Amino acid sequence: MHIPDGFLSVPVWCAMDGAALPSVAYLARRVQRESSGHKVPLMGVMGAFVFAAQMINFPVGNGTSGHLVGGALLSFTLGPAPASIVMTAILITQALVFQDGGLLALGANVFNMAIAGVLAGYLPYALLRGRGAGVFLGGVLSVMVSAVFALGELILSGVPMPAMALTISLALFGASAVCEGAITLAVTKAMKRIEPGFMRRPEDIGGKRALVVALASVALAAGGVFVTSAWPDGIQKLVLHSGSSSGRTAWLTAPMADYKLRWLATPWMTKTAAGLTGILLVYVLCVAIGRALSVSRPAAGREGA
Amino acid sequence: MERWSRGDSVLHRRHAAVKILVALALLISIGTLTSHSALAGALYLALLVASASAARLPVFGILLGAAAVLPFAICFAAVSVLAGEPAQAVLLIVRTWLSAQVAILLIATTPMPRLIAGLEALHAPEFLLQVMQFLYRYLTVLAEEAGTMLQAGSARAGTLRTLRFREAAAMAGVLFARSYARAQAIHQAMIARGFEGRLPAIRQAPFRLADAGFGAGAVAVVIAVRAVFRWA
Amino acid sequence: MGMMVEVRDLVFTYEDGTQALKGIDFELEEGCTVALMGANGSGKTTFIHHLNGILRGTGSVIVDGLPVTPPNLREIRKRVGVVFQDSDNQLFMPTVLEDVAFGPLAAGKSVAEATERARAALDRAGILHQADKAPWHLSAGEKKRAALAGILATEPKLLVLDEPTTFLDPPGRRALGDLLADLPQSKILVTHDHLFARRLTEDAAFFEEGTIAARGPIAEIVQRFGW
Repeated sequence: MHIPDGFLSVPVWCAMDGAALPSVAYLARRVQRESSGHKVPLMGVMGAFVFAAQMINFPVGNGTSGHLVGGALLSFTLGPAPASIVMTAILITQALVFQDGGLLALGANVFNMAIAGVLAGYLPYALLRGRGAGVFLGGVLSVMVSAVFALGELILSGVPMPAMALTISLALFGASAVCEGAITLAVTKAMKRIEPGFMRRPEDIGGKRALVVALASVALAAGGVFVTSAWPDGIQKLVLHSGSSSGRTAWLTAPMADYKLRWLATPWMTKTAAGLTGILLVYVLCVAIGRALSVSRPAAGREGA
Repeated sequence: MERWSRGDSVLHRRHAAVKILVALALLISIGTLTSHSALAGALYLALLVASASAARLPVFGILLGAAAVLPFAICFAAVSVLAGEPAQAVLLIVRTWLSAQVAILLIATTPMPRLIAGLEALHAPEFLLQVMQFLYRYLTVLAEEAGTMLQAGSARAGTLRTLRFREAAAMAGVLFARSYARAQAIHQAMIARGFEGRLPAIRQAPFRLADAGFGAGAVAVVIAVRAVFRWA
Repeated sequence: MGMMVEVRDLVFTYEDGTQALKGIDFELEEGCTVALMGANGSGKTTFIHHLNGILRGTGSVIVDGLPVTPPNLREIRKRVGVVFQDSDNQLFMPTVLEDVAFGPLAAGKSVAEATERARAALDRAGILHQADKAPWHLSAGEKKRAALAGILATEPKLLVLDEPTTFLDPPGRRALGDLLADLPQSKILVTHDHLFARRLTEDAAFFEEGTIAARGPIAEIVQRFGW
């Protein structure tokens, strides 16, 4: 699911870098404020754990095997904000050490997996108060939401994706999402047998409000992909209409006209702009959910004293 | 790859932050290649090959390493061809292959600790970089632990599928517990040596004139290549 | 000669209820060396964690004249250097030099001074040539020496070594023994390897289920407890 360089178009990877960079900076500052440097060794070692755990093959039938992706598990044990930072560290290391995923595309990969995926994985766990079903769904959603965002970014970049290819991709991702759910659940059960305290007790969230927001954002993400891929012309017409009525398309073309770069006002740009607005909306919702979930707790550190 | 990065050459000696920026510039211009600038792509390939030999790296090894990204690209290229756009297919393959080479060149001339220092010079969040330092430090240690567990496990492997799934989960669980315990031991060792929450700053290499020269020169070449082919 | 370590009636219970130390009385004179022996789980490691405040139980623990209480911890940790059993957990920085410089930096020294001390300590431990290597490129013996250098860099007065000969082959053990014999600090060695201990001291304390069952010459203890 790591997107390599060369696939994403300039507006898409720019937008994703623009979304990911400040989010990571904010999360890093937040975790640092709550724990100073004391969490660094734990987070680093847990990141290394995810790499090592990926060496373990989980047979899932028919001779295929899956492995742990880890975003959901990290969020259940470290909490969502530290988990995002660890996943970001993992993704950067994967890109730099193993050439897994591109460098320009890092923003997109970080957003998909370390931010959206981690958050989407944590939600069911928190809402279901840490029960097995929450763990399973958390694993499923962490992979599924990342995949949906990745596919959306590819489509928005103009990578050809006929309906059949999209369906197959989603089905394959769905299968690996279910695997992740099962593997995460099995591993957490094994961990609980060793030491019940590994898993965080999920904080109480304002149940219904968060649930509605969460479901809405996931629906938007999924819907967004289908809409942009199935009805690109429709989106274009929609935006052009609203633009011409309120002068917004004029805003797009006017400055460009001076520089004779009319290609920016093409349907490609409006479609991209529409899709990006959708992604931005979902992102804002993710941030809102994150704020709603987070309770700023001072770290109860056993600082050896 | 780690071995390559410990070599010595003109490129190895350049400041990591500059190399990162040059790599990004290259990636951006490769990423915006369209059919009209196919020749630019060929020129970049030549540039990259030249850089690889300047860095005393095995050129063929790099081309091959970059080819690891091709299966993914070929899938999508095939879809492009079927959708009636072969030019897009070729572009996709060229862009992904070239981009992968740029990444490998960067990594193969810059060991991880310097890369992290380079990112710090570019104002990446220090907390994130410190986590990355620890991650990198314990990558081999934990991988070895996992490897040992896997060897022991396969020596006693059951034949039932479900058994192996549960065994794998148990292994991962044990690995988690050991990693967690190790993290606590590390923290204790840090505290025993006076750690109170502030980690030492990431060591920076000095920024030299040669680095500035390399950076400016490389970016100028990148821009020149695209400019020439835009108006050729 | 003053007392380096004075412990009176130390009791410690873990969170899960296991009583690990059931009333320890212990003394070590300055400049002297003692070996702590006993079965796994008898409390040796738990005990040494009390000497630098990582764990805190009830009773009195005084190190180099300072009671081990929160206000004194910073100073005590400068004076007590602990070498842990697994060197990988102790060499946590990206390079050996950065790791050995960690202690002085944490104590407030400038980067230049910390680096100088680190180099001196590495030289003392005989591995200055490995200064810029990543820890995983070192052999077990070199890692142990690097860990020791990291402790020596803060110029402690008490060295505590937890099972130092684990992972070392006979030549490595000999080299470590030589190095330690040359150091003037007071030393506490937690070890199963009584032959190694006898290179450095004749004094041993035998731990048994959270108490010190005997204190005396190593040979006697080995014979008495069938070690």
